[in-house]
Amino acid sequence: MSFARRDVLKFAAGALTVPAVARADAARVLRFVPQANLSSLDAVAGTQYVVRNAAAMVWETLYGVDSSFTPQPQMCEGHEASADFRTWTFRLRPGLQWHDGEKVTSRDVIASLDRWMVRDTMGQVIRTRLDALEAIDDRSFRFRLNRPFTKMLFALGKSNAPMALIMPERIARTDPFQLIRDYVGSGPMKFRADEWVPGSRAVFETFAAYQPRPEPADWLAGGRRMNFDRIEWQILPDAATAGAALQNGEVDWWETPIPDLVPLLRRNRDVVVDIADPLGNLGSLRVNHLYPPFSDVRARRALLMAASQPDYMAAVCGGDDALWQTTLSFFTPGTPLYTEDGGTLLKGARDYAGARKLLADAGYNGEKIILMVATDLPITKAEGDVTADMLARIGVNVDYQALDWGTVGARRAKKDPPGKGGWHIFHTWHAGADCINPAAYTALDAGGAKAWFGWPDSPAVEEGILAWYDAADAAAEKAAAVAINRAAFADVVYVPTGFFRQYQAWRRDLAGVVRAPLPVFWGVRRS
Amino acid sequence: MWRYAGRRALATVPVMAMVALFVFSLLYIAPGDPAAIIAGDQASAEDIARIRVSLGLDRPFVVRFGEWLWHVLHGDLGTSIFANLPVTHMIAQRIEPTLSLMAMTLVFAIVVAVPAGVLAAARAGSWIDRLVMLVAVIGFSVPVFVVGYVLAWVFALQLDWLPVQGYTPLARGVLAWLRGLVLPVVALGAIYIALIARITRAAMLEVLGQDYIRTARAKGLGLAPILFVHALKNASVPIVTVIGLGVALLIGGAVVTESVFAIPGIGRLVVDAILRRDYPVIQGVTLLFSFVYVVVNLIVDLLYSVLDPRIRQ
Repeated sequence: MSFARRDVLKFAAGALTVPAVARADAARVLRFVPQANLSSLDAVAGTQYVVRNAAAMVWETLYGVDSSFTPQPQMCEGHEASADFRTWTFRLRPGLQWHDGEKVTSRDVIASLDRWMVRDTMGQVIRTRLDALEAIDDRSFRFRLNRPFTKMLFALGKSNAPMALIMPERIARTDPFQLIRDYVGSGPMKFRADEWVPGSRAVFETFAAYQPRPEPADWLAGGRRMNFDRIEWQILPDAATAGAALQNGEVDWWETPIPDLVPLLRRNRDVVVDIADPLGNLGSLRVNHLYPPFSDVRARRALLMAASQPDYMAAVCGGDDALWQTTLSFFTPGTPLYTEDGGTLLKGARDYAGARKLLADAGYNGEKIILMVATDLPITKAEGDVTADMLARIGVNVDYQALDWGTVGARRAKKDPPGKGGWHIFHTWHAGADCINPAAYTALDAGGAKAWFGWPDSPAVEEGILAWYDAADAAAEKAAAVAINRAAFADVVYVPTGFFRQYQAWRRDLAGVVRAPLPVFWGVRRS
Repeated sequence: MWRYAGRRALATVPVMAMVALFVFSLLYIAPGDPAAIIAGDQASAEDIARIRVSLGLDRPFVVRFGEWLWHVLHGDLGTSIFANLPVTHMIAQRIEPTLSLMAMTLVFAIVVAVPAGVLAAARAGSWIDRLVMLVAVIGFSVPVFVVGYVLAWVFALQLDWLPVQGYTPLARGVLAWLRGLVLPVVALGAIYIALIARITRAAMLEVLGQDYIRTARAKGLGLAPILFVHALKNASVPIVTVIGLGVALLIGGAVVTESVFAIPGIGRLVVDAILRRDYPVIQGVTLLFSFVYVVVNLIVDLLYSVLDPRIRQ
């Protein structure tokens, strides 16, 4: 076998032209590195943020919240509410269709809301008040309630999972506790299931028949105009690799660069680094209210007296003080319901001696306290280390259990005694978007056995939450929030460890990237 | 020869059965719950329990194991709990990158390490020997991910010659395929080269001290025929052994390398599955890895008998 010189040159020239073709393609393709692997697309059955972020491109909600937290019509043309807020009538906007070409109808909406109401806290509240959810015609439907419900638009437009995403009836009939297998939506992007390599790549393609609303885009509200033919999610689990790929121009947008790499990215003039979500996150030290010593409120208050938010935040954010602030509230700083009422125990110098005494008063006598730390997540690892140190300072015999998040996620659901597979403390964090009011804030629920992990039981918090649901105006909502905050600190539903934001980073040739509770792909373009 | 091969092949069946039982049992007792991960952070304990039931995770061990084994015997490795895709499909999606990485690493390591080891033995005590052994010690000591990061920094970020991450399928052109594989192969190959070079050197030193080599030299045979025709063949049994054993090393290394270079291979598939407790995927991939390892060992055993027919008796 022999090669002519011309053949070799042709081969080499062909090989060299590949990158040029790739560059031309790249102009119409947005390559995005999400926060985690996309393992499913069902933001009703599951509540992972990464799933919600992907699902929000494929499916839409009837309403969408804007940057002022106001629900705006999205799939709906408009609505009518009766004066007593017991009847809500909605009409879909014209031109809505599924990715398979079928029209979106009221039947699809009703099936989707039926599924959502089983899983979502607000949906469950609606369900308890529901007399009927009925179709009037193909584009109109109506809720008939037996009690007033003023938060209907917010519930239908909420940005956190389980989201009230509208799916075709055949998909929405899926058991709410099982993941869907069909990914036909009506959103601006179609999911290319045939190109999906879980753990590596997910591809979304523009839906040509999508008709955006005329208003400008604002978070989940307004017209969703896509400026790319394809959005490719590249799952890069290794932060150093993701950082290098962004610097090298192999990807366009990285959702969650780790703080350690931010200075390096900032030095690169082709990369822009900015706050991702202005609503940030609330750090949480979660205690098990079922077993001693934390079944005694004095022991929980001891944690409030000893916990140092600056220590937690320094551990989470490194030396970047712009990323964090202390907070004496269970609500997101900077949002309407934020209040510091009741947060005095978290204020000022830490009182370790006082905490020791409170623990002793609660009957603590040196028993092992199980601290579950998910060491595979930098945030929980950092907070767990600070807690171990804090507990040692107040004389607690700490059993530091280094686990992965998969194990913590499963074990925290166990109500067994700590010595028999249960636990005392674990760390997590809550998206600020979830903590702007009690609606989506499952971590704030204090209904005992039915509450979130740790199972806090505080009738005063529950009363406050009900008062918020029934509040007719902003002043009444604020009053309810104040009552909730006081009660949540008094009973120590959990220990807030501070408020922190995270960065996002993108190539400078991208324009239109905004600060929002989730990556907003509409409006992003290559400049 | 064929009878020997058949006997060895049959011996792999109980090994695979034990692996299947072991893997299933291990996952059954391991902590973690895919239902909790599907449910996400907002879900309640009741939601998680309902999802567990819907996934069939509440059924007894024997029932689940029996059902899984029956499907495996029919070529069905199950369906991913999360992606709702058949495990065989997910493995098929990812087999090419992993095979490419492992095969190229194997070729690269053998091509570099065997001559280097032979040369080091032939020039024992010289600077060449010391250099080869120094490189081998470094290859052993520096973890794959460190080599990977350094290579990516130099050749991708600084020189812009090669991509930082990703994999280009062979169907898109040999050059593009090779371009994406260079850095991962070098990173993964470092430790493998070190291992093979050291064993080659040691085996060759032993053989080179034997009488028949002295005779060959006395006959006036050149250095190359002595080393590569007479000595290397007799030194090859330990070298083949270490290459075979090294496949296990390669599988472990591929997991790390695929993560560092974001190669969508089977290594990353299994890591993701472990983190999410996607049991069918973990079981399927572990079974596949075990099968590969058993087959490689079988090939090594058969090669022994080719290289040294006395072993057959």
